[in-house]
Amino acid sequence: MVNIETWDISISAKNVDFYYGTFQALTNVTMDFEKNRVTALIGPSGCGKSTLLRMFNRMNDLIDGARMDGEVLFEGINIYDPKVDPVDVRRRIGMVFQKPNPFPKSIYNNIIYGPRLNGIRNKSDLENLVEKSLKRVSLWNEVKDILGRSAMTLSGGQQQRLCIARALAMKPDVLLMDEPTSALDPISTAKIEELIEELKKNYTIIIVTHNMQQAARVSDYTAFFYLGRLIEYNRTDRLFTTPDVKQTEDYITGRFG
Amino acid sequence: MTRTLKEQVVKNALLLFTFASIVVLGLIVAFLFMEGIPIFQVVSLKDFILGVEWYPTYDPADYGIGALIVGSLVVTLCASIVAIPLGILSAVYIAELAPGSIKELFKPVVELLAGLPSVVLGFFGMVVVAPWLQNTFGLATGLNIVNASLILAFMAVPTIASITEDALYSVPMEFREASYALGATKAETIVTVIVPSALSGISTAVMLGMSRAIGETMVVLMVAGGAAILPESIFDPVRPMPACIAAEMGETPFRSAHYHALFAIGMVLFFMTLAFNLAGECISNKFRERGSATL
Repeated sequence: MVNIETWDISISAKNVDFYYGTFQALTNVTMDFEKNRVTALIGPSGCGKSTLLRMFNRMNDLIDGARMDGEVLFEGINIYDPKVDPVDVRRRIGMVFQKPNPFPKSIYNNIIYGPRLNGIRNKSDLENLVEKSLKRVSLWNEVKDILGRSAMTLSGGQQQRLCIARALAMKPDVLLMDEPTSALDPISTAKIEELIEELKKNYTIIIVTHNMQQAARVSDYTAFFYLGRLIEYNRTDRLFTTPDVKQTEDYITGRFG
Repeated sequence: MTRTLKEQVVKNALLLFTFASIVVLGLIVAFLFMEGIPIFQVVSLKDFILGVEWYPTYDPADYGIGALIVGSLVVTLCASIVAIPLGILSAVYIAELAPGSIKELFKPVVELLAGLPSVVLGFFGMVVVAPWLQNTFGLATGLNIVNASLILAFMAVPTIASITEDALYSVPMEFREASYALGATKAETIVTVIVPSALSGISTAVMLGMSRAIGETMVVLMVAGGAAILPESIFDPVRPMPACIAAEMGETPFRSAHYHALFAIGMVLFFMTLAFNLAGECISNKFRERGSATL
């Protein structure tokens, strides 16, 4: 298992159970996520990895009939405490989804959507932010002349990078990525993976992926889930070469899943 | 029968049915024009549209429908002022905010309201709204613009609300998630993402609601007051075009000038609803977004 020094912990889940109605999606998950590292969550479909990811920015609140027990600590504060406003949590913990989901607005307005809600009104501040965010995801050169055009006209890979830029414009501490490349072609995927490598210098990244090569390539730590339980959490190089648990080995060698 | 032959038969049968309904509609329009155009031998188009004297049975008769057009437009406009915000806001509430049980109650109720026969609404306007207006504001008659507008608004709200609701439901979940994940509140998400994305459908809803109001006959016949005068206040009675046609068509001699004039009013009405529908189409095309994330 993984031991992280207390001051290096960004998010930790403590004895988390999660239910959709009567179906239990997560059982007693306890794990810490290290700051400025990439942690990959892997496992077969329905194993609860996306559910766990969506707990970290309280996206599951939007689902009717969902319920959780346990605690999720972000910088030492339980984000499921009734006093915590989920809106504040989401402003500090950004998310990128499986399918690129830019708003049907211009590229520019997509980026400034979050910051503007956050109260940034100054035009030059917003323009700087757009440029910085788009440069961050190396999209600036491709779109700098068409910022007013609908984001829907971009290619899938460009849209996904725009969505990452949009999340970064909020200056979050953590970036959650839910299979960010599963809908993209190999070249766009490679670009996003490079980007993840680059982003981890400043952000804590948690990524759900179905692609084990991807987990092996981009992550520092990998957690393997099966039927709602955390089976193994280890350094990525160890998990993929000498896993501690038999089930993990069976999964990564393709014997099931 | 071979498979291709079957396909051919089905295809041609459907073509025939489509063609039949288009032909019938086309003939009705042609008939409208054939019976309407002869009035312009008696009165010029300009005097017909702009004239405000409507005395079709006097000698010499006056065939100016300006007051009737104004009546229709005023009633439709006032009805829209009430119905558009009411319809859109109730749709937003039902689609986005209402908890499950309330949603399940309101949704069918709104759809049921759309099915209320207009004569029932007209009756309600006559025996309930009219006396109330008359007593509250001390008016000579409660059958006036306000009354007709309220009843028409009541008719248009369900149309606007249920189409708007469908438009809101068709906004993809991904847009909502994206907005919430960026730290937007529910209200911010509704105002800045959901409603703008549904604008195409909402404008269709508004246009359909308004064209329903302008073409509606029974309600305006019963509660608009029927006076063919230019209104000076919203408490004046008016005679909207459909009411005029419905009230007078039974009384007029076949193929008389008056008869042709009523058909010509029908033509004007036809062009107006056509304009509404075209405008709706245009606006909804303008706001139509490119499909959600294409790959």
